[in-house]
Amino acid sequence: MPFDITMTGLVALYVFMLAGFAGWVIIGNVPAILHTPLMSGSNFVHGIVVVGGLFALLNASTALEQGIGFFAVLLGAGNAAGGYAVTDRMLAMFKSSVAPAKHRRRAKSHHPKKG
Amino acid sequence: MFTMIPNLVIGAVDLVAAFLFLFGLKRMSSPATAPSGIRVAGVGMIAAVLASFLYVFSVGGAAKPHLMVNIALAVLALAVGGAGAWLAGRKVAMTAMPQMVAIYNGMGGGAAGGIAAVELFGGKTHGATELVVTLLGALIGAVSMSGSIIAWAKLNGVIKKPLRVKGQQVFNALLMAVAVAIGGVIVYGGIVGATPLFYPITWICAFFAFALVFGVAMTLPIGGADMPVVISIYNALTGLAVGLEGFVLHNPALMIAGMVVGAAGLLLTLLMAKAMNRSVSNVVFTNFGEAAKQKPGAIKGTERAVEASDAAIKMRYASSVIIIPGYGLAAAQAQQKLYEFVKLLLAAKVSVKFAIHPVAGRMPGQMDVLLAEAGVPYDMIFQLDDINDDFATTDVALVIGANDVVNPAARTDKASPIFGMPILNADKAKQVYVVKRGEGKGYSGIVNGLFYDPNCNMVYGDAQTVLVKMIEGVRGLGTAAAA
Repeated sequence: MPFDITMTGLVALYVFMLAGFAGWVIIGNVPAILHTPLMSGSNFVHGIVVVGGLFALLNASTALEQGIGFFAVLLGAGNAAGGYAVTDRMLAMFKSSVAPAKHRRRAKSHHPKKG
Repeated sequence: MFTMIPNLVIGAVDLVAAFLFLFGLKRMSSPATAPSGIRVAGVGMIAAVLASFLYVFSVGGAAKPHLMVNIALAVLALAVGGAGAWLAGRKVAMTAMPQMVAIYNGMGGGAAGGIAAVELFGGKTHGATELVVTLLGALIGAVSMSGSIIAWAKLNGVIKKPLRVKGQQVFNALLMAVAVAIGGVIVYGGIVGATPLFYPITWICAFFAFALVFGVAMTLPIGGADMPVVISIYNALTGLAVGLEGFVLHNPALMIAGMVVGAAGLLLTLLMAKAMNRSVSNVVFTNFGEAAKQKPGAIKGTERAVEASDAAIKMRYASSVIIIPGYGLAAAQAQQKLYEFVKLLLAAKVSVKFAIHPVAGRMPGQMDVLLAEAGVPYDMIFQLDDINDDFATTDVALVIGANDVVNPAARTDKASPIFGMPILNADKAKQVYVVKRGEGKGYSGIVNGLFYDPNCNMVYGDAQTVLVKMIEGVRGLGTAAAA
């Protein structure tokens, strides 16, 4: 018997409710200065859809399913990778004038400096 | 029996990934910890993607013969999609960030729609509940994808003007009604089983077609200034679609991540609509530009122009300056020059702060990012509520490329379309300088009484040119004093 999470409707609603509440509370604490990285960061988080795409593609049994599954993984991977790239780039720009020492470690991270 | 271990691993990794997403988002609540927040979430994403290849151990009998091809396709799709978007994201200019987020968001919506399509075409859903949820996710994902593409086109200047025709809202409502009705037919067909009159594939295609067209039709009439709200709505919708497809695939990580983003997007949407003093339905369903006509001559007086260098010298000898940057600053690519000027003021012991309106830029917080890119430390940047009381005790307010967000009519003139919108009280400063390309109205076409105030002077010119002159003005002063 495969290990599978069978989710009855009510449990699913509980998960949705708690997750929604968590999202609301966590995001409510983010200052307005970070709203753009936050939006692209949450955009990155729903890139997890790529996992669903992989499941659909690996289980595809017709050419049509393979085609659509490929498309889903392609787009999902783009969502995740792109969302991460822009969020990371933006967040690396936020520097404080008071405690530069705290940020020195980030200076040698891999992303290229934009001219 | 062999499928048990891999599925347990997938479940465990997805659980960890969901935790890392939440933890990462939590760390994003301060600029100091935010960079580590996205890294944490990134680790979760990579782990979840790698773990999902363990699904190969539990594929059904029908998919077994295709497994090698499917794995190859999966790796190819991950490589192409991931690398392409990664490179684009690394290269994109910060001013183009809103359209980039729109396009990534559309991709997420498309992926959710694609998952739903595989489930529907393959007839893989079990029972009416799953079918309904799949269709709902498909509908939302498809609308989010096509709508995001239109939002991208508008922000990128591909589509210049909002397209409005009479009866558009009735038309849009009809599109949605037809899509829902087709969904009903599919559910009905799924319950009673296929009849000779029922060709599921045709119906499913029609369902997606109507959903996609609806996304386009809904976004086309919305003006460019309202796009931040629209992107935020589609971000929330994609999250919702991902969450719903997660339910269908029995994947709690998708459910949690999707719903967290859905709630976050909803909150951001409401915050932004509030900052624009409008309801979300007003943004989506009302044609703002048309309501903004105002009788000319309601404000008496003239705009008085001064030289950039004179304004700069005045600021050099002031004790406090608050700068209000707007999108015009970014459009002129003048953030670096502005910070150069600010550094001169700081060197002369002038207290300088930046005041940011919530809707400055083309998405919320974009102006903060643009200033950060120019090197402005985030502790010099203040949001509306934190700085608005300071204007009364400030010597100079410098407004660059902003207009409506400092229009006092929002406080005083009940007839103004922006009445009630929270604004930055620049007019309360002892002296106001407004850098503007020329006489005229702002993005919304509303006359700004501030420009005619006795304590306000205009500095006409492109923001870049004006700032170069201001820098020269202060530098010239320095050498004169030294000599």
